[in-house]
This record gives sequence, structure tokens and C-alpha cells, in this order.
Amino acid sequence: MKKGNPVISTEHAAQRAALLHDPKIRAILYQIAVLGIVGLLGYYLFSNTTENLKRQSIATGFGFLHKEASFEIGESLIPYSAADTYIRALLVGALNTIKVAFVGIILTIILGTFLGIARLSKNWLVSKLAAVYIEVMQDIPILLQLFFWYSFFYDILPSPGEALEPLTGVFMSNRGLVFAVPEWRPAYLYMAMAFIAGCIAVYFMRRWARKRQERTGQIFPVLTLSLAIMIGLPLTTWLLAGAPHQMSVPELVGFNFKGGLNMSPEFAALLLGLVLYTAAFVAEIVRAGIQAIGKGQTEAAMAIGLKPGQVLSLVILPQALRVIIPPLTSQMLNLTKNSSLAVAIGFPDFVSVASTTINQTGQAIEGISLIMVVYLCFSLLTSLFMNWYNKKMTLVER
Amino acid sequence: MTKSGKNHIQTEGLKAPVIRIGALQWIKANLFNGVFNSILTLVTLFFLYKVIPPFARWALIDSLWLSSAEQCRAASGACWSIIPANIRFIIFGFYPHELHWRPFVAIIMLVSLLLYSKNRDHWNKSFGYIWIAGLLTMGILMKGGLFGLTPVESDQWGGLPLTLMLSFFGMFAAYPLGVLLALGRRSKMPAVKTICILYIELIRGVPLISLLFMSAVLFPLFLPEGLTVNKIIRAQAAIILFTAAYIAEVVRGGLQAITRGQYEAAESLGLNYVQRMRLIILPQALKIVIPPTVGILISAFKDTSLVVIIALYDVLKTTKSVLANPSWMGFSPEAYLFVALIYFVCCFSMSNYSRRLEKELHT
Repeated sequence: MKKGNPVISTEHAAQRAALLHDPKIRAILYQIAVLGIVGLLGYYLFSNTTENLKRQSIATGFGFLHKEASFEIGESLIPYSAADTYIRALLVGALNTIKVAFVGIILTIILGTFLGIARLSKNWLVSKLAAVYIEVMQDIPILLQLFFWYSFFYDILPSPGEALEPLTGVFMSNRGLVFAVPEWRPAYLYMAMAFIAGCIAVYFMRRWARKRQERTGQIFPVLTLSLAIMIGLPLTTWLLAGAPHQMSVPELVGFNFKGGLNMSPEFAALLLGLVLYTAAFVAEIVRAGIQAIGKGQTEAAMAIGLKPGQVLSLVILPQALRVIIPPLTSQMLNLTKNSSLAVAIGFPDFVSVASTTINQTGQAIEGISLIMVVYLCFSLLTSLFMNWYNKKMTLVER
Repeated sequence: MTKSGKNHIQTEGLKAPVIRIGALQWIKANLFNGVFNSILTLVTLFFLYKVIPPFARWALIDSLWLSSAEQCRAASGACWSIIPANIRFIIFGFYPHELHWRPFVAIIMLVSLLLYSKNRDHWNKSFGYIWIAGLLTMGILMKGGLFGLTPVESDQWGGLPLTLMLSFFGMFAAYPLGVLLALGRRSKMPAVKTICILYIELIRGVPLISLLFMSAVLFPLFLPEGLTVNKIIRAQAAIILFTAAYIAEVVRGGLQAITRGQYEAAESLGLNYVQRMRLIILPQALKIVIPPTVGILISAFKDTSLVVIIALYDVLKTTKSVLANPSWMGFSPEAYLFVALIYFVCCFSMSNYSRRLEKELHT
């Protein structure tokens, strides 16, 4: 009896120790601890917040979205007035963000590719100039660049009366950037439709051509024909519609320009800053992508008898794009996120409309969550695209 | 015999031909090789001719360096006088004027610490302690209140010291958090993994400015009644939370690069998780990720300029407020170029260093 007890208790203790040393059980314990800590922290913050909100009598919930916004927005893609609701104001902001991001991404890719190729040029002068541009732009904060371009428009450029005209039809003044665009004709709509139809036709033609090549081994001149369809179809539509070519040229009427396409100084400064900054990063990506493809690839492709065009489209580009596209998409996302700095120079993007909303309603939690949700949607879309692309592009090793 | 011997001597005397490139040949080989390149060179030269002389004239020849704002208005060139006239405010912000030597000494200390760290021979155990001691001393110098130094409230801090503090201190504080998040993301425990992934992706998905807004407006709501934290510390917290997510991703890359054998070998030695990570995995992984970490430091340094938007007086905001002064209004290109130069020198030396390190570490 006397001896029994300690034996049982040591056995018991050993069992308990074994239980604690079981990795599975320990993992569960750790996770409970982590969840507990996170939960407690969340609860602490939540209870503080509700108490503070109650004390300062701040309203909660998204009810304010349907109230009258009663502030003007400088530029908008959809009709908007101060009498509209907050939700419409926020939509205007979101559309402005998308506008800046869309135009910015296209221009950035063009300029970045150009700079990346210039960096690899055999011409010493061009290569060094591109290198200097890339280094300098990467090392100066984007916000400082935005301030610089903003002051460039407001402090340096003259009034519309003495507007600079760097290219014919393009006027720069402290009222923004104005340039000539073709005057609107329904023919352009038909051209756009013809272009889309052409793209669809090309897509099916390529599929058919690939199948035929796999079956018979005959190569179909896909590239030439695709280009012909995509350019030729809209061009014929334009000719058939009577080849309208009137331009809407900006003219000085009173104190400002009439006609043409007008970009506000805020928009122009934001676009210029974002494009010039991001293009430096894109140039580095493009350069790395091209350099990643060894010389051996080109030589091998030529050795098996491919023509220069085929070397590029079948061997070099597919490999280079695999290296380029992932970091490129993340740069595009960066550009979209950086467009939120519009708030610092007074362009009404989503963040700036949301911050006006916060100031007016005092409902900071809802406002900031809205900002976060909108940007998370952008990055979610980007990462969905990335996953799709990576899946499509993974090397199939045989 | 003699003939062949002579020949022999002659062939022995011949050396591999040395390619001598004179200035002209160099120009021909690098600027005018082919029609296209020649045209490109000419076009570029013309462009440079159009841009450089007028700029040099504006910036150097017609410029004023030490004059009053009124004299500047009359001049046609750049008015660099805006810099010397306001340099103390631009660099130190609202820090009490007679105490400017303290942030100045702190900056010098930081720069010498950085220069000391450049040499990899100095990276040993005491290195971390030197940095911690250095940062503490800088903090005491800025804040005062000890050793007979007049206390200076942190809401008076501004200018370059603020920029440096937000970025360097942010980086130091974010690093341990980032490493923990990276380890958590690689963990096999689903709850820990999910929390870490959620945190990292959430932070990386939103712009820094939304976090700074949060620090300005929401943090006060999160804290219990009566507890207030000043604006600079709140912004610093936002920057730390933001940077940690990016560090986590970089460190994760390093962890993935360590081969499985290392993990297995460490396990077979009977080391527990903490020992495995601390002694085997992290030292190797963190070494690999030094260059991208410097990259994060550079972007953190540039990103601190965003605190302008929540009205903190960093070096960009002090410059902007000088420009808001009626007598200096309109000289923004000069002022912005000066600030850009500060940022450029800092970022360029860091990125140069990171490139050199990358080469040395063969990564």
C-alpha cells in the first residue's frame, strides 16, 4: 500500500510528460496559446474602441453612405454634384483612381520597355543616359517627385496666354496639359468594334493554325496575318466611313483653352510623377528579363534553322516574359497603390475622397476600412492574374 | 643553325598582341558602330545640347547663392539662396534653435555607425550591442532629460533626424517582427500560419498611406481612455507594422533557399525548434537576404516621406513650409532639388553598397 502510491504517481507523471512531449498535442497547445493572445488583443482593442466611440458619441455603421455628400469634386468621369450621396462621391474617387492607374500602366510599360532596351544598347551614350535616369528616379521618393511636378505646373509654367507648345497641338500651362484629339465621329466607334472583332478572329485563327501545325507540321503565317487583320479591319472601316480626319485643336478663348483634351494640372502631375518613377523600376525588370536569356538560346534557335522573327517569338520572348511578367505585375500594383498619394496634391482619387468623407462624418473606422478593402480588391485581382499566369507558364518538363 | 636559332629567339620575343584603344577608336566602337547607332548618337547629342547648356546656365551661371529673397526675384537664374537662408529649419524643423547641436551629433553618430558597419569584418557578436548602444545614445541626445540635457518633447522633433529615425528605428524594430512572421508563415501549424499569412497579405495589399491615416485617426480610438501617445510614435508604429510585412516576405525567400538537408541535419542532431532556427537555419537564411533587406531599408527610407500627409515635419514637410513663406514662395524647384539631392545621396550609397555586397556574397 505504502509503496504503491509513488509508483502510480510517477507512472501518471510519465504519462503526462509523454502527452506534453507529443508533437501533435504540443502543436495544438501552441496554437491555442497564439489564438488566445491574438483574440485577447483583438478583444482589448475592440472594447476600447466601442467605449471610446460611445464616449465621443461617434456614429457607427455604413448608414452615412446614403447621406448627401455636400462637397464638390474637381474632376469626375460620371456626372456628380455636391447634392449626390457619399456612395456616389466614393465611386467618383474609385473611377479616378482606375483612370490614373490605367493610363499610367500603359505609359509606364511603354516608357519602361524603351528604357530597359536603351540600357542594354550597344551605344555607350544611350546606355549610360538610361542608367543615370534609372538610378536617379529610383532614389528619389515618389511623393517628392509628385510635389515637384505639381509645383512645375503651378509655379513654373506660364498662364494659358503664354502657354508653351513643345509639340504642335500640345499646350502646357498652369491650367494643365491640353492637346489636340480627333474630333468625335461615330466612325471611331465602328473602328473600335472592328478592332475587337479582329482580335476575336485572330484568337480563333491562332488556335486553328496551331492545331493544323500539330496535325500536319505545316506552318501558317500567323503573325503577318494577325497584324493584317488587327490593323486592316479598323482601317477599312475608317475608309468606308469616309475617312474622317478633322482634329479638335485647342484654341485660346478668353483665359483658357477650348477644344482638345484637357488634363488638369493635378492629374497631369500625378500621371507624370507615377509614370516617370515606376518606369525606372520597369526598365530594370525588362533589362533583367532580356539578360536572363543566355546567348546560347539565340544561337541554338538559329542553329535549328529558325528565322530571326521566329527566334524572337518562339524562343526568346516566351522565356523572357516568364521572367518579366511577375515582377512587372507587382510594379503595376505598386503604381496603383502609389496613386493614393494623389491626396497630397489634391487630385480627387479614392483615398482623397474617402479622407474628405472621414473629415466630414467623423467615421474614421468605416472610411479607412473602405480604403483598405478597395486596395485589397486591386491586389487580390492582381494575385489572381498572377496565379493564372504562373499556372499557364510553368515549365512543363518532359 | 644560327638562322633557326635566331628565329626561335624572335618567336619567343613575340607577345600576344595588345589591343590598344585610342580615344578615336573607342568613340567609333561605342558610339558610331553602324548607321543606326550613329544616328542615335547624333540625336542624343542634339538633345543633350538642347537641355544641358540652358540648365547649367540657370543652375550655375545666372544663379544666386547667398542673397536675400528680393535679390532673387530680380535674377533670372536659380535662387539657391533659399537653402542657406533656411537650412537650419529644413534640417532640424522645430527643434529648439540653441539645442541644434544635439540632433547634429546624433546624425553624425548614425552616419559613423553606418560607415563602421560597411566593413564586414566588424560583423560579430558585439556589433549588435554597439548598434543598440548607439541608437539609445541618439535617442537620449534627441529626447534629453538625462545627464543634465534639457528635455525636448518628441512633437518638436523634425527635419532630417525625424526622417532618419522613422526609417532606421522602424527597420530595427520591424526586423524581429518580420522574422517571426516569416517563421510563422512557414510553420506547419494551421492557425499560426493563417494568422501570419493574413497579416502579411493584408498589409502588403494596402498602401502605406492608409496605415498612416489609421495611426493618425484610429490609434487614439484603440487605446483606453486617458492614455495618449504622440503623433510621431503612432506614425512610427504604423511604419514598423508596414515594414515588418515586407521583411517577412524577404526572410521567407531566404528560408526557402535553405536546402532540406540543413533542416534534416539539424533535426537529427536532436536540436529543438528554437535551437534549429537560431543556430542553423536563420544565420544562413538571413545572410542570403542581406541585399534585399538593404533594398527594403531604401524603400522604407523613401516611404517615410509619406508622413507629410499626416502633417509630421519630416525633411520634406519642413521644405514645403519654407516654400509656404511668402518671401520664398515660388522657388520650389531649387528647394525640391536640394531635398532630392539629400534623398539621392542616401539611397544611392545604400543601393551601391547592397550591389557590392551582393557580389561579395555571391548570391
